[in-house]
Parts: sequence; C-alpha cells; structure tokens
Amino acid sequence: MKALQNLFDSIKPNFEKGGKWEKFYTLYEGHRTIAFAPDLVTKAKGAQIKDATDLKRVMITVVIAMIPALIFGILNVGEQHFLAIGESAGFGDKVLFGLISVLPILIVSYGVGLVTEFIFCVVRNHPVSEGFLVSGMLIALVMPPHIPLWQVALATIFAVVIGKEVFGGTGMNILNVAMTARAFLYFAYPAQISGDQVWTYLGDKAAVDGFSGATALGVAYGASTEGTPVVEALASHNAALGADFSFMNMFMGWIPGSIGETSTLMALIGAVILIYTGVASWKIIVGGFGGAYAMGLLMNALAVNEYMAMPAQYHLVMGGLAFGVVFMATDPVSAAQTETGKWIYGILIGFMTVVIRVTNPAYPEGIMLAVLLMNVFAPLIDYYVVKANKTRRLQRATV
Amino acid sequence: MSKLVKLKKGFDINLAGKAALELADFASAQTFAIKPTDFLGIQRPKVLVNEGDTVKAGTPILFDKAMDQVKYVAPVSGEIVEVKRGEKRKLLEIKILADKETTFEDLGKIDLGKVDRESLKAKLAESGVWPNLIQRPFGIVANPADTPKAIFISAFDSSPLAPDYGFTLQGEDQYFQAGLDALAKLTDGKVHLNVDGSKNVPAIFANAKGVEINKISGPHPAGNVGVQIHHLDPINKGDIAWTISPVGVVQIGKLVLNGVFDASKVIAITGSELTKTGYVKTVSGASVSTFVKGNLNSGHVRVISGNVLTGEKISLEGYLGFYHNQVTVIPEGDYEEFLGWLKPTTSKLSFHKAIGMFSFMNKGEFKVDTNTHGEERPFVVSGVFEKVLPMDILPTYLFKAIIAEDFDEMEELGLYEIVEEDVALCEFVDPSKNELQELVRSGIELLMYS
Repeated sequence: MKALQNLFDSIKPNFEKGGKWEKFYTLYEGHRTIAFAPDLVTKAKGAQIKDATDLKRVMITVVIAMIPALIFGILNVGEQHFLAIGESAGFGDKVLFGLISVLPILIVSYGVGLVTEFIFCVVRNHPVSEGFLVSGMLIALVMPPHIPLWQVALATIFAVVIGKEVFGGTGMNILNVAMTARAFLYFAYPAQISGDQVWTYLGDKAAVDGFSGATALGVAYGASTEGTPVVEALASHNAALGADFSFMNMFMGWIPGSIGETSTLMALIGAVILIYTGVASWKIIVGGFGGAYAMGLLMNALAVNEYMAMPAQYHLVMGGLAFGVVFMATDPVSAAQTETGKWIYGILIGFMTVVIRVTNPAYPEGIMLAVLLMNVFAPLIDYYVVKANKTRRLQRATV
Repeated sequence: MSKLVKLKKGFDINLAGKAALELADFASAQTFAIKPTDFLGIQRPKVLVNEGDTVKAGTPILFDKAMDQVKYVAPVSGEIVEVKRGEKRKLLEIKILADKETTFEDLGKIDLGKVDRESLKAKLAESGVWPNLIQRPFGIVANPADTPKAIFISAFDSSPLAPDYGFTLQGEDQYFQAGLDALAKLTDGKVHLNVDGSKNVPAIFANAKGVEINKISGPHPAGNVGVQIHHLDPINKGDIAWTISPVGVVQIGKLVLNGVFDASKVIAITGSELTKTGYVKTVSGASVSTFVKGNLNSGHVRVISGNVLTGEKISLEGYLGFYHNQVTVIPEGDYEEFLGWLKPTTSKLSFHKAIGMFSFMNKGEFKVDTNTHGEERPFVVSGVFEKVLPMDILPTYLFKAIIAEDFDEMEELGLYEIVEEDVALCEFVDPSKNELQELVRSGIELLMYS
C-alpha cells in the first residue's frame, strides 16, 4: 500500500495552496480518505482518544443492509420479465437479464450523483461527504426497472442539488434525498413511473395472454372500485401464470414493482442489520409497521369499500411500505431526532401511508408521500419534544 | 436523606495500562509549575514573583485582577526559574525548581469552632487551597463573595484508568474530615459526598461525618460531579453550587489542622505505553519527566495530564495540571490506515456496532491511540449522544444552540448543568468527530461574558 500512499503524496502538491489544481483539493482529500483512513490526531485539549467508528463506516453499514434487497431485485426483474413474455428461463438467464436492467440504473445514479456532489464540493469548498454512498443505492432501488436512464440522471441531479446541497450538504437536508428523486419523477414523468408497463420490462416481445403488469396496489384499488373483494382480486391476478398476489408472494417479493422494494423479507433482513448495528432507529421501524397495521385495522372497522376492508396485514407486504419504513424513514438527518419524536414520526408514517393508499386514487404508493410529508413535520415533532424538556427544567426551578 | 442513584446510560472505556494499587519507585520530580490556564475563569492573571525569587510552599505566585482575594500559591519551596509566556504575553507557566526539603509558609491553623464564615473564606482564599472549589454553573474557580446552595464532592473517578481515591487518600482520614467540616461552614445547604454504589466504600468516605453520603452507580460518567448534581439537586438558572474533589478536601483539611498549604498527593501513572505503571506520591504541578522518561515502550507517544477523555496533552517535560491526579501515556496516532474505515476489527475500541466493528465482543483491555479515525462532519447520526449522557438533557439540541449562539436556547436546554467533562463521552463516541468539549466551553463563555 506504500505505493498508493506515495502516489497520493506525489500528486498532493498540485492540490495544495498555490498548486495548479488548488481548487480541487477537496476531491483529492475525498479520494485519499477513502483509500486511507486519515492520519489526523486529537487536539491538545479535550478527548485525547476517539471512537473507531466514523461516518463512512456508518454509511457503508446502510449500503450493506440494502444488498439483500438489491440482489433479490436483480433476480426478480429477470423473473418478472420472463413471466410476462411467457417464456421459461433458467436461473442464470434471469440473473443476467436482471443485471442488464439494473446495473445501468445503479451506475447512472451513483455516477451522476457523485459528479454533481463533486462539483458542489469544489464550488462550495466543503469536504466530500459520505452521504451519497447511501443515497445513490437508494435512488436506484426505488426506480422501476424500465425507467429511461436519462430520467434517473435528471432525478438524481434534482435530488442532490435541490434536496440536499442547497441546504448545505449532508446532514443539513430537510427531505430524504432518495425520496426526493423518486417524487420528482413521479410528478414530472408520471407516464414512466406509474404506467403498467414500466414495472415489467417486455423488451420487443409481446406480453403473454392474460398478463397484466399492474402492481398489487393498482390491482387493489381497481378491485375496490369494481366492488370485488381485494384479497380475491389479488389472488386471481395473473393466477393463470402462477404469479398471483398472494400474501406469501408479496411477502417474498415475486411481484412487479420498483427494483428493490418488492420483497418485504429482504427489507426485514436489512432492518435486522440496521437495528443490530444500531445504525437505524428501531423505534421508527417498529413505529412505521405498527402504525400501518393499526391504521389498516381502523380502516377495516370503518370499511365502506373493499379496499378499506382488506385485511390489515396486506398493507405491510404491498408496495414499498417495508422498504420505505426500513431504509427511507430511518434516514437520521431527515427523521425526527429526539427519541420520543422517533416513535411519533414512525407511527405517523405508517398511518399516512395507509391513508394515502386507500383514500387517494391518484397516489397508489402512499409511502413516498408519507415519508416526505413526515420529513417536513419531523422538526415540528422535535420542537414539541424539546419544549417538553425545557418545561420540565423550568418547572423544576419554580417548584 | 441520602440518595441512591442508579444510572444506566454511559460507557466504560476499558484501557490497557492500569496502575496496580501500590506505590511504585519513581524518582521524585525536580521542577514544579503553576499553569494559569488550568484555572478556568481567570481573566487577568497578575504574577507576584520574578525569576530568581525564592518561595516557600504557600507563597502567593499570582492572582486574578478580576477576583483579587483568591491567591494562587507555590506548591513547593524553591526558586522561580522561569515565567513562561506565549503569544501576546499570555501567561503559560511559572516554573519552580524545588528545594530538597520543602519549607512551608506558616499560614496559621484554623479553629473551626470559632471562625466565622467570612474569615474562613478569606483564609482559604489567600492560602492557596481556594482554587479547589469550583463553581457550577460554568465550572470556574468559585467566587468567595458567593454562598453556594450546596457543595458536592464526587468520591470516585469513573474515567478511564482513573486513580482509586480509596488508595490515594489512605491515611488522610483526619484531614479529609477537617476539610469537610470547613466546607460545611461555607454553605447553608448540604455537603454531598457521592460514593460509588457498586463497590465497597473506602473507610475514609464511609466514616465521614456531617455530610450527606449518596450512592451513585453506573458506567462512566457516573463519577462526574455534574451528573451527580443533576440527579441529587439540579442547578437552575440563578443557582450557585460548588464542587470539590476529595484531593482538594484533604488540602483544605491540612490547612485547617496544620496551618500549611500542603499540595502533596498520590497520583496514578498509567497508560499502555509505559513499561512501569503505578502510583507515586508527589506534589501538585509536578514535572512528569521523572515518571515517564526512560519508562516508555515506544518512542512515539502522547503524554496526557489527566485522563484520556478530559486531559491535556503535555510534553515529556510537561507539568501535571492543578486538578489532575493522573498521568496517561498512550500511542500517538498520526498514521494512515489502508481502508481503515472499512476493515473489520475487534481490537479498535468503539461504542458502536456498525459493520465490521466487533470491539463489543472483545471484553479485554484496549490499547487506544490518538487517531481520530475519521474527519469532522456535520451531525448526521442521531440518538448517540443521548446514550452516553445520563441526564435529562438533549445534547444534540444543546450543541446546535451553542453553534447558533442562541442564548435563550442554551439556557433553556440546560447549559447551566454541564461542563466539558460531562460531554467528553459524547465527543468520544461522535462518528462526526466534532470538538464538543471545546464547543461547550465556548457556549459557557458566551453566557458568562456577554
């Protein structure tokens, strides 16, 4: 590794004050600190030792927690494709097809995002931060497999610039960066992100007879307007192809949807990693699932249509709820930051997701808007938790 | 009523290099120094001696023009060899070359039965023991003009490698009691003596009279007096409480009973980079060179006056701080590590369990160096500081209020209740590597001086 260190040392003068690439020092430093943990030491006063965990390690933990969802997503994209065109294919073909669809999206989201980030770091002269390690992966995982790559690029740029950098970069953003990207596409290019065909890539082949590319949420809403029980409609969807929306299929994730969001199981594996490592708040995750389930039950009790009457546990496995609650809602920067606040924030995300899904026909995917909405309200929740703390202190003084 | 407080939050840092409970044979220190920078709250220090003057233990060396009753005195007798100043003539150190035999200024014994509060204060202030009394809020040298609502003594130090007061104060029982008696005269409230509830209480504390003995248990920072005050009798706006270490109490006791300023104490020489650790009897402000030179495992070390969380880096010839009872020597960490942020490890100490950080499975002692393991970043991870601060305080919001220089928020969020040492663990565990102790001091100074 000495050679690499020497290489960095040899190019360092160019980036230092007076060097020809002085402006790009932050990029040099960013790359060097990825290769080598820096040789910084603690100050003369204050803590003389520091914890061995840094932000890079925290961020990479989240990325690793998403890998099961990514791998499953790649497999499922292939699975859904061959199912739709009515051909049987081996495991290898499915994976290969999945890779061909997913990798370009991943590369574009990371590539474009990092370049945008680098430009901002150079212009604003702040250090390259680790935050995009996570955002880049998240953005790719919430995209439909058949999204035009230029849209991925545009959404990523929008999310990084408007979602994060204008507020001052990592740690300062109000909205979750990846959800901002997804919401941008949702409102800017609804055809490509809400249509039937985007969830399953057909290519130049025609769909097999009886195939419908609708998502479970779409089917549920459709059934409800027709007045047929939702569970039946879900079970009969594509049943001839052996790919119905049974509870188990939805839990496992063998359904059409965004790349990483379909499998509740993979999201739960991610949740276990995040909770065990302490990187994400278990309060938000438990609150999110609990809130959705509770609202589902409330809907059952007040049911006036078939969607409201759908068993509450179906809400937990449909759509992106699990993925959103585990990976999006727990983003520590945009979530509530007080411990009490985290409960309230998580539960309200669960509530809102189900309310939006069931009552608003225009937005079948509730989790996206629920997370963004609660991102906006998180500071308000915290404000009252903090105020309660201040009041306790004040009361103590006057007693 | 004595209280029993059980704390859960916190983190014990188990470092290598503990001192065995015995006096080791270190050569005695030759030079001693008073460092005005040790005393927080000093605004305009004025030196009373010149280079070449001879002093006795107890001879006034300097005072603060803003609080001129309080004298800072020589810990040993000898010759003033250097008055060291830094930039803008800032006073850094006043060095004394010690005589072989210490001679003491005769300050006169104090008859606690007869002396009234004001003359006791005056006596303590001019004798050199006063700076042991620290005022809360703000953690500055107490002002003799005030009467505190209570006085708090933490009888145990939970910091990494901290000295065991039960051992270092052996045989000082009568002085400790006399010190407590003197303190009781300074307040209308109580004198709280807080002992470690999870261990056997040393006799010197268990037998103390005229004080409230509270039992506090839990991981570090349970031994921090600020944490204890928060749970016993918290400080609100307008309140003044004083704190003092047991070592300071003994110093007061020696003044009361013997009429001298006797700053001798037993300190711990600790740290993974020393070949020999142990306790040594020396005097406040001692040069550490005779304890550490020739006693090192490696050449590249950091010598710390105090503990690794709140101490101060000093040189091999540096001097022990006034309030410090230990010297810690750890490896300097100025190296780069290939993919150091990603490598799995069980040997690097971490409070967190992020991917690859398996130190929580390692129950042994850790050898920790001064590397920061990462660069400074904005606050990203939430809920971490809260896990190591056992107080009903929202540290993240308090830090942000200080950064924003929002005076009302700082007050309301509890800046009156904390000093640097209380957030030292927050600073240690912070994955964003912020200098939180420095931040807290800057917030306190904002509240004090503007």
